[in-house]
Amino acid sequence: MKGRTLVRHGKEGLKNIGRNGWMSFASISAVTVMLMVVGVFLLLILNLNHFLESVEEDVEVRVYIDLTATEQEQEELRNDLEQLDHVESITYLSKDEGLDQLIDSLGEDNREVFESLRDENPLNDAFILRATDPQLTEQVALQAEELNDIDRVDYGKQVVDQLFKVTNVMRTMGIVLVLGLMFTAMFLISNTIKLTIVARQKEIQIMKLVGATNGFIRWPFFIEGILLGVIGSIIPLALVTGGYYYVYNNYASRLSLDFAELLPASPLSLQVSLILLAIGVFVGVWGSLTSVRKFLKV
Amino acid sequence: MRIIEMNNVSKTYSNGVNALNNIDILIEKGEFVYVVGPSGAGKSTFIKMIYREELPSSGSIHIQGSDITKLKSKHVPYLRRKIGVVFQDFKLLPKLSVYENIAFALEVIEEPRHIIRKRVMEVLDIVKLKSKARFLPDELSGGEQQRVSIARAIVNDPRVLIADEPTGNLDPDTSWEVMETLETINRSGTTVIMATHNREIVNTIKRRVIVIESGRIVRDELRGSYSYER
Repeated sequence: MKGRTLVRHGKEGLKNIGRNGWMSFASISAVTVMLMVVGVFLLLILNLNHFLESVEEDVEVRVYIDLTATEQEQEELRNDLEQLDHVESITYLSKDEGLDQLIDSLGEDNREVFESLRDENPLNDAFILRATDPQLTEQVALQAEELNDIDRVDYGKQVVDQLFKVTNVMRTMGIVLVLGLMFTAMFLISNTIKLTIVARQKEIQIMKLVGATNGFIRWPFFIEGILLGVIGSIIPLALVTGGYYYVYNNYASRLSLDFAELLPASPLSLQVSLILLAIGVFVGVWGSLTSVRKFLKV
Repeated sequence: MRIIEMNNVSKTYSNGVNALNNIDILIEKGEFVYVVGPSGAGKSTFIKMIYREELPSSGSIHIQGSDITKLKSKHVPYLRRKIGVVFQDFKLLPKLSVYENIAFALEVIEEPRHIIRKRVMEVLDIVKLKSKARFLPDELSGGEQQRVSIARAIVNDPRVLIADEPTGNLDPDTSWEVMETLETINRSGTTVIMATHNREIVNTIKRRVIVIESGRIVRDELRGSYSYER
């Protein structure tokens, strides 16, 4: 296509948006609302996934050794554990180290209370197992329970399962909401473009009579669709990236004390922005092309 | 050389209306043909078949030797560039000047600008509207508007010019202007096919007359007159 023609199509596309101001506004708003929701959900889900992944990596099986076990029995237990399937590593955690960890995790305020336990440590010595894959943790734990000289076996699987349920619900909700909104946006856009086609019906008729190709006739509407999508994505892009930078800069350090870290704002906002823009353009183009098709039948 | 050839063409619309039955016709290059007949006889369908606005239900239509009923729809635009069409209601774009209306036909087939300028001026000369190039369609008389639409139809130098009741909206005087223009175009070698109800024109400018009645060609005379049974 010649440059001059492209300029012409661009101008026509812009003119079309102006020609049906309110419908264009409605389409753009629909795209905006849809992309806002998509953006927020995307950020939430990506972070939740990231959080879950880091939690999963921390999933370990604690095999508490029976208090009566002799050193030799402990050694045998270690050998047995090494024989289990899917065990990646085994670390020994003496009850003193265990207490240190416990005290550290409880914070300064309670330090004194627990320091008093040093003389009469109620904890067991333990082996800490890591599965080759976090998903196999449960299997490893169940095998370990069968062995001798064991007080009890602990693992955080239930917590992880619970979390997975939450994310799955969120993901499904998000997808349903986003699809519904996408559909609305497409519907509005295709209606808007239908109006511009009606406004230009005579022109299109003449274009067809004098031998303009369908591609040529379609171009302005294609561009109109892209523009509706792009304009609709400006506000969500600004708010979602801006908002995330704000949250990341102001709360990330505070949150990371207790939880896993937020995903860094710098590549994430760009990625999410690109996704939002792509969805906006896709919805715009799809909406426009579906409405043009019917009018171009020869 | 035959430019249009229809063999056994029939058309039944999807609503069951039988518009044309077993039409056979040959039109030679450079002919001037009137298509007459009562309203609803199938004239419009006949005309629309030529520029492939309608496809026949059966039969074949050859334009310059190639069967356009077998044409893929993506090639239809290129057929249309060989055929100019003029309507009763002119179909001009009201916001564009005379010049722009004519140039539009070349712009949308992406002709270079210098060729557009040259061709538009040439056809404005043919239809004798050079002095009104900057006018808007509303500022012209009906006859002048029809001549603009004729100029647009011939600006890419088609082999065939189809006119569907071109004088239908015009008073007798302006009708003659339009006929003069069509004759000029015909004399330069373009085949002209004109559907009309105008008895006076057909009987004055004697040309080949094809009479269509209830979907059939009932008469086809080389220098005919306007008459059909009622």
